[in-house]
Amino acid sequence: MEVSHCSGLAGSVKEYGIEFVLKIEVEKSGILSVGKSSYRSLPIDWGDLRSCSSRSYEFLPPLVSRSQLFAWFHMSIFEYNGSSLIAMVGKNCFAIASDRRLGVQLQTIATDFQRIYRIHDLLFLGLSGLATDAQTLYQRLVFRHKLYQLREERDMKPETFASLVSAILYEKRFGPYFCQPVIAGLGDEDKPFICTMDSIGAKELAKDFVVAGTASESLYGACEAMFKPEMEPEELFETVSQALLSSVDRDCLSGWGGHVFVVTPKGITERILKGRMD
Amino acid sequence: MECVFGLVGDGFAIIASDTSAVHSILVHKSNEDKVMILDSHKLMGASGEPGDRVQFTEYIQKNVALYQFRNGIPLTTAAAANFTRGELATALRKNPYFVNIILAGHDKDTEPSLYFIDYIATLHKVDKAAFGYGSYFALSIMDRHYHRGMSLEDAINLVDKCITEIRSRLVVAPPNFVIKIVDKNGAREYAWREFIKDAATGLPTT
Repeated sequence: MEVSHCSGLAGSVKEYGIEFVLKIEVEKSGILSVGKSSYRSLPIDWGDLRSCSSRSYEFLPPLVSRSQLFAWFHMSIFEYNGSSLIAMVGKNCFAIASDRRLGVQLQTIATDFQRIYRIHDLLFLGLSGLATDAQTLYQRLVFRHKLYQLREERDMKPETFASLVSAILYEKRFGPYFCQPVIAGLGDEDKPFICTMDSIGAKELAKDFVVAGTASESLYGACEAMFKPEMEPEELFETVSQALLSSVDRDCLSGWGGHVFVVTPKGITERILKGRMD
Repeated sequence: MECVFGLVGDGFAIIASDTSAVHSILVHKSNEDKVMILDSHKLMGASGEPGDRVQFTEYIQKNVALYQFRNGIPLTTAAAANFTRGELATALRKNPYFVNIILAGHDKDTEPSLYFIDYIATLHKVDKAAFGYGSYFALSIMDRHYHRGMSLEDAINLVDKCITEIRSRLVVAPPNFVIKIVDKNGAREYAWREFIKDAATGLPTT
């Protein structure tokens, strides 16, 4: 099976999101195969984006290298590495949890990958999506936060940080970072704050929980069913863990356990979960 | 086609790679060294686009040396890995390098470490890693037989098991492999596993 040409990504506009199409042309056998998978973004009025989006992602390298064509699988760029994230609000506390798998399409590379980063003791950032962009974005955000700490001589509030992340993502509007961040922090008077945004920085504030990643649809269902308002830290930990594990068990691209942070004004509790190790 | 794999043992790290330089159906040479010795205590095994592989690894090697000249001390393995990732990430949205890298190093008075760096600049510290078609076999063999703190003999046996598996199960299996090791004494070539010598060496003398 010879591969003659691997085109990059092309975007096209759908009602509620962008379709990323990986096109692989096989010369010898004459098969033209086009795979589509749509990334369901938060509902946004895309308006007149067709002309912009069709050329904006062409400069990314073809994400399926010759050796990976062996698997004959078409994937959205957000599903290349596989990830799942939850953040949930409790009584003067919050929990943020992620899965631990790092994969390259269907192959698992590592089972101890960290997706949740500590910005400061009361602010955590989880980054789902393409791992390389998550690492780049994290480095840029930590840099900006350290500068802020030097200038203002204090830590950033979660709301401010969310606005910063949103601005940085929108800077790359026509060549975005393929990440969906989840931000969780304790604001003034120990009021928990959570938010998520899409890959170009559209903020979604929530009062109860936010989810992101390849298992996001399952996660929405599980969280909706298990969430109760004003949970204490221990009960919150149980809820988040059960929601995460039950959702990633149904998703082949995320899993291999869980990593949960429960943050209260008194301190941070970090726990590793052992679930279905696949 | 290109197989590079590596693992961490007790006080050492090994990187093995195939040594075929292939262009479509033609094998240019069977003794191409794809594991570069970055500096005295670092190894970088690379696979991918041939031109990018040579250019990029040489570029990293020279920059690692430059750091040592400027600052008088060598880079740590983690720093070298992050520098490599940074270069790949910066180039990613301009002129991407199609090179997958396994970086092994042993810093003074610390444990050896192995870093997996994808061609789209995903960096992760691992115990075992593999790239290429051979990774499908090598990773499975290593999942079965690898454990932390393997002795050198056990690790070489494991590498040989992987090479045997690749040779027997991969349809266009590379015939020759090179194994390099890095430990507290430095980075050096450990062994070659040659099954086909180059045609030039087998010519009759008249």
